Amino acid sequence: MQWIGELAVSALILIGAFFLLVGSFGLAKLPDMMRRLHGPSKSTTLGIGSLLIASMLHFAMASGHVSFHELLITIFLFLTAPVTAHMLAKAHILRSQADRNSLPSTGRPDGWATLDVPKRAAEK
Amino acid sequence: MAMRFFPHPLLTVWIVAVWVLLANEVTFGHLVLGLILGILIPLATSAYWPGRPRVGAPMMMIEFMLVVLWDIVVSNIQVAFLILFRRGDSLQSRFITVPLDLKSPEAITVLAGTITMTPGTVSSDVSADGRALLVHCLETDGADETIAQIKHRYERRLKRIFE
Repeated sequence: MQWIGELAVSALILIGAFFLLVGSFGLAKLPDMMRRLHGPSKSTTLGIGSLLIASMLHFAMASGHVSFHELLITIFLFLTAPVTAHMLAKAHILRSQADRNSLPSTGRPDGWATLDVPKRAAEK
Repeated sequence: MAMRFFPHPLLTVWIVAVWVLLANEVTFGHLVLGLILGILIPLATSAYWPGRPRVGAPMMMIEFMLVVLWDIVVSNIQVAFLILFRRGDSLQSRFITVPLDLKSPEAITVLAGTITMTPGTVSSDVSADGRALLVHCLETDGADETIAQIKHRYERRLKRIFE
């Protein structure tokens, strides 16, 4: 029975390593800032996720009790990764004149928060 | 009175749970220390978080998490495929505007985070009045289809949970 667990752990580590590599490769390969943001912000979630599941499985089999630290790492990662991507995108919109001019309309009286002040707040 | 000392009861429960998980063992000492932190941190930060989000529909929450987890797996494979087998210049990347039905700031935050973690989309900005999201798509055929999918898969469920 031991070898099934070891096989599962090995498979998960390989899957994780593959997606992390693809994410980093995307960062290097894609041509512009906004496209580059997609590589690391996504391929890493499944990559890190697989590695953490592998770690949980391995230590559950080795020591007999389940560790919850991996679960916490996953939660913190899911909380912080979108915030980082969001801040990078906002900084890019602020810096790039070309992208700023090509943004779609908000469909609202106010513009985008990075570039515009809400009308109600401005009147105060 | 209870509101004054526990401005965010759910946050208190969450902090205690995270503290016990960090310690990796349930003992009386860790519980007490977690509880002290769980009372002090919401008190210290309540000035920056004046709203009281209503969170309900626990079954919907589980459904939402499963849908998101499934989408993360699918999107990872899709994005990996795009990165490996397509020339960077040939990707049809563009910004789209997603009008929001959600009003609660907490719900919009969760939606924006979910969009970033799932199929080829990164949420990049919010409109100044908080009623539309700017989303960057790595590869899209039609903006309407992506918007419909976001609204159907995520926003509909979040509306049930938060509003």
